[in-house]
Amino acid sequence: MAVVTTRESGFAGGTPVFLARDKEELQALSHSLEKILNAAAHQLNEDSFLLVYRQ
Amino acid sequence: MSMPWLLSHPDLAEVSLGTFAGVATRYLMLRSDYRQYPSYPHGRIIHLALGLIAGALGAVAVPALFDKNYTAITFLGMAAQQFRDVRNMERNTLTALDAQELVPRGAAYIEGIAVVFEGRNYLSIFAAFLTSLIVTLAGWAPGILVGALCLATAIRFRKGKKLEDVAKVEAAPVRIDGPNLLVGDVYMMNVGLNENRDIIGKQAIGFILTPKNDDARVTLANLGQRQAILHDVSTRLGVYRDDGEPMLLPMAKLGLASGKLGVLFLPREHDPEKALASVSSVPLLESAIRKPVEANRRAEEKAVRGG
Repeated sequence: MAVVTTRESGFAGGTPVFLARDKEELQALSHSLEKILNAAAHQLNEDSFLLVYRQ
Repeated sequence: MSMPWLLSHPDLAEVSLGTFAGVATRYLMLRSDYRQYPSYPHGRIIHLALGLIAGALGAVAVPALFDKNYTAITFLGMAAQQFRDVRNMERNTLTALDAQELVPRGAAYIEGIAVVFEGRNYLSIFAAFLTSLIVTLAGWAPGILVGALCLATAIRFRKGKKLEDVAKVEAAPVRIDGPNLLVGDVYMMNVGLNENRDIIGKQAIGFILTPKNDDARVTLANLGQRQAILHDVSTRLGVYRDDGEPMLLPMAKLGLASGKLGVLFLPREHDPEKALASVSSVPLLESAIRKPVEANRRAEEKAVRGG
């Protein structure tokens, strides 16, 4: 559904990418998006979260 | 209406004793337990009324047959159709309700419950028929004895097999290793948010189910059986989640190499002992029981005999 990351490059394609300034904002953004989208936030690597729709 | 009066009308004694045995069997098998079904007074009335019809049909069949009235058998056929509708009714009701459950029962569990409802009506027909037959052949006292025997058999076989009969159930530590969540050595899922990791670390209880044989391995792998485990435990201990929180969903995953089933759930009531008891006593679903070992052995024996 969406990607949240602190890296400026590395993601391409049709998924919306949300840029975060630091780790704290990464958590906060992912948290908000998880609640808004009723999605599950998974950690892809140290700098990126992936929001996935489940059920 | 006194006993001698009843005895001077033997047909009436057969039918009434038979019907009573049928209804009593149905009543004994109609339990509302922790699964909370059928818990509603009207649900029970429906099933008791159907039990009465089943009992009466079974009891009336005997005097009708002795009267050489063989068309009575067609009524039993009609009854079978009626009770198949009971199965449909239960399936539809439960499927409709399942959409509103935080942890759904799943189609396999619903089918299992519906089949039981149909089967129990046939059992009450059988109890009524048998009691009525014995009253006709041997008098009311042996009839009552056989009726009581039918009730005892119904109580004895009311309960099916449980999960603990086919698998070893053990509590297992829930580990969070970076984003990875593991129960024992079974990988469950990737948890992103620190908040969710904290909740899972605090609330989660994990179990490892080790199959006792190769047949049990197939049963545990069945998705319907797994959903039944999650539903039953969630009903007994509550769930720490809400709609739209997919990260806090209880889940069961298979350790592919070992065939062990890892179960993770977040109960409202954090009581590991109760949780262990409730996992152990989850009913085995008829649709999940497979016997590949027996089938393969038979095929082998056949091949040996044929060759």
